Amino acid sequence: MVKENAPLDIERNLGNFAYPETHTHDAGTGLSEKTIHYISDVKEDPDWVREFRLKALRTFLSKPMPTHWASKDLEAIVFDNIRYYLSGGTQPKRSWEDVPDDVKRTFERLGIPEQERKFLAGVEAQFDSEAVYSNIKKAVGEQGVIFVGSADGLKHHPEIFRKWFGKVIPTGDNKFSALNSAVFSGGSFIYVPPGVKVKHPLQAYFRINAENFGQFERTLIIVDEGAELTYMEGCTAPKFNTATLHSAVVELVAMKGAKLQYITVQNWSNNVFNLVTKRGLAHEEAEVKWIDCNIGSRLTMKYPGVVMKGRKARGEVLSIALAGDGQHQDTGAKMVHAADETTSNIISKSISIGTGRATYRGLVHIPKHLKNCKNNTECDALLINASSRTDTYPAITVRGTGNSVQHEASVSQVSAEQIFYMQQRGLTEAQAMSLSVNGFVNDLVRQFPMEYSVELKRLIELEMEGSVG
Amino acid sequence: MDQLIIQDLHVSIAEQEIIRGLSLAVPKGEVHAIMGPNGSGKSTLAKVLAGHPDYAVTSGSVLMDGENVLELAPDERARQGLFMAFQYPSEIPGVTIANFLRAAVQARLPEGEELEATDYYAQLYKKMDLLDMDRSFTSRSVNEGFSGGEKKRNEILQMAMLNPKYAVLDETDSGLDIDALKVVAHGVNSLRGPNLGVLLITHYQRLLNYIVPDQVHVMVRGRIELSGGKDLALQLEEKGYDWVRDDISEPALA
Ligand SMILES: Nc1ncnc2c1ncn2[C@@H]1O[C@H](COP(=O)(O)OP(=O)(O)OP(=O)(O)O)[C@@H](O)[C@H]1O
Ligand SMILES: [Mg+2]
Repeated sequence: MVKENAPLDIERNLGNFAYPETHTHDAGTGLSEKTIHYISDVKEDPDWVREFRLKALRTFLSKPMPTHWASKDLEAIVFDNIRYYLSGGTQPKRSWEDVPDDVKRTFERLGIPEQERKFLAGVEAQFDSEAVYSNIKKAVGEQGVIFVGSADGLKHHPEIFRKWFGKVIPTGDNKFSALNSAVFSGGSFIYVPPGVKVKHPLQAYFRINAENFGQFERTLIIVDEGAELTYMEGCTAPKFNTATLHSAVVELVAMKGAKLQYITVQNWSNNVFNLVTKRGLAHEEAEVKWIDCNIGSRLTMKYPGVVMKGRKARGEVLSIALAGDGQHQDTGAKMVHAADETTSNIISKSISIGTGRATYRGLVHIPKHLKNCKNNTECDALLINASSRTDTYPAITVRGTGNSVQHEASVSQVSAEQIFYMQQRGLTEAQAMSLSVNGFVNDLVRQFPMEYSVELKRLIELEMEGSVG
Repeated sequence: MDQLIIQDLHVSIAEQEIIRGLSLAVPKGEVHAIMGPNGSGKSTLAKVLAGHPDYAVTSGSVLMDGENVLELAPDERARQGLFMAFQYPSEIPGVTIANFLRAAVQARLPEGEELEATDYYAQLYKKMDLLDMDRSFTSRSVNEGFSGGEKKRNEILQMAMLNPKYAVLDETDSGLDIDALKVVAHGVNSLRGPNLGVLLITHYQRLLNYIVPDQVHVMVRGRIELSGGKDLALQLEEKGYDWVRDDISEPALA
């Protein structure tokens, strides 16, 4: 069998391959009130949005970097060098032929659908989703589901949008949520009316454009009483031509008895700082579930959270982080119990390869006056090499009696004996490694939608091929 | 004639020589038993044949049907038809037997050829029936939480699925109750034939009542000191290894 050399490693460097671009709208580098006005003018923001942005800018400037729990690496971000808004006129001047062969091969091996490859490679600015997904889109439209870009949302559905926008994650939550609030563009707005159960998962793909994959997306999803929705963002394909700072804010609201599941699978090129704030609000008997899969990037800081505001609300975070050589995945979960009989569950699995580092940070808060709240936290780390690193920082504050918290953590290593055993059965070292790693995440991946679990499995295979001699 | 030939093999670990000039030939179609006291180097021999990275072959050769095995990586040896049943099989958490074996079978197909799932499962169930294994095993993680006997049975299942040319079975009988021993022996016997050579490492003559060997070798301190027919095992059972040790001439110890 011919062993291919490590395509992911190669193309991670190629991940920086960029084509010359011209934009009709470019806010230039640096961030000031002028930048905000520029963005608001171009986007034709309503006045309240312009005000919101300006206020957020002041908050951003006044807030210190979150050094108390962040990596020192954050200091490498030079805010003055970043372009905060680019849009329009991006008719690509490149063709599929210009895309390096390694990149094409990676898409193929990941099984990315033909139509999506060109968009992902930056060859097409617009992904023509209409043809592919129009049936589903039509179906949800008939059920009264609103599914538009966030800019459309705030203009055309202000009565719902304004009620929740910035309420789950206030501007001042952290420095990066403030930054996003100041310069956001792109992202989705979804509203599911009471009792409507959306059968098919909605994907960001349905209405994708260059802005969607932007740096400062803002997503707001509201699932009304008794309604159900699954939303998926990202894909396992490595992203090309992306800016070095990605700072999104995602707010979810599940009304009484609603169920909302948000799935992310992202694979960043290794120059990216991925600093994302994600939180859901679960009302009475509602359920918010985050399935979060982080691969690549230089530094990812992401701790999806659920505030359980109503009785018997449920919050769940299932996360997988893969930290390759030189990467740091700083991920975890925040569970804030704010009503009786609320339950939360956190399962986190991380894999560190080479000098990769995976950090788990958990926050579980159950105040004194609450009764019968439960949390279960499991975090398992797998180290591939002796140089790999993992840390766990659980912060659990449980007061009062009658509440229960369970916490389990494990660190394991792929053993040489295990690899030899598999090699003796005919698997190459890389195949053995990827089987081990897939086994480690298997029980979590099984909860993913089929297409994602298949892609993820292939992606782990590619990563492991790159990691062994 | 095709055979597995080990010639004047020397193997060390941590500066210590464990295999000290071992020679042995297992022709295809035959079953050879190796017996010997604890620590004499039987498992070391098995692992060296399979290509375990911890052991250093300092001299000697191993030829499988004329090919120099020592030059090949462990997985290449396996795909060329060398199988080893481990004395202590590893656990692979989260990987089911079905998926593991599927990957192993797939690894033997030519590049670009995909394993047909229905054929594969038909084959797997047939072999499981042969070994009296419950089908629910296919969805359990490899060796995780298996009893000693279940692990050994699982090794033979893998052997049956992978159709090796030569198989080294390292104490596959230990830890088996008498019924399981019969089942495993039946499994091995059903694989016996002109296309398979077996090297059977065991401490107990009992196994050789069920898997009757063509030859028995006695290994002491890293060498084959005595070889004979199946009756040799009976003699050993009666007289113990001291009898062989006494038999070894003084110069060999010097
Ligand atoms: N990895 C190792 N490091 C150090 N010594 C080793 C190692 N592997 C084997 N040895 C030593 O080599 C010798 C032979 O061991 P081996 O396991 O091959 O014996 P064996 O004949 O299989 O014994 P048993 O009948 O108990 O299974 C022993 O003295 C053992 O301690
Ligand atoms: Mg042994």
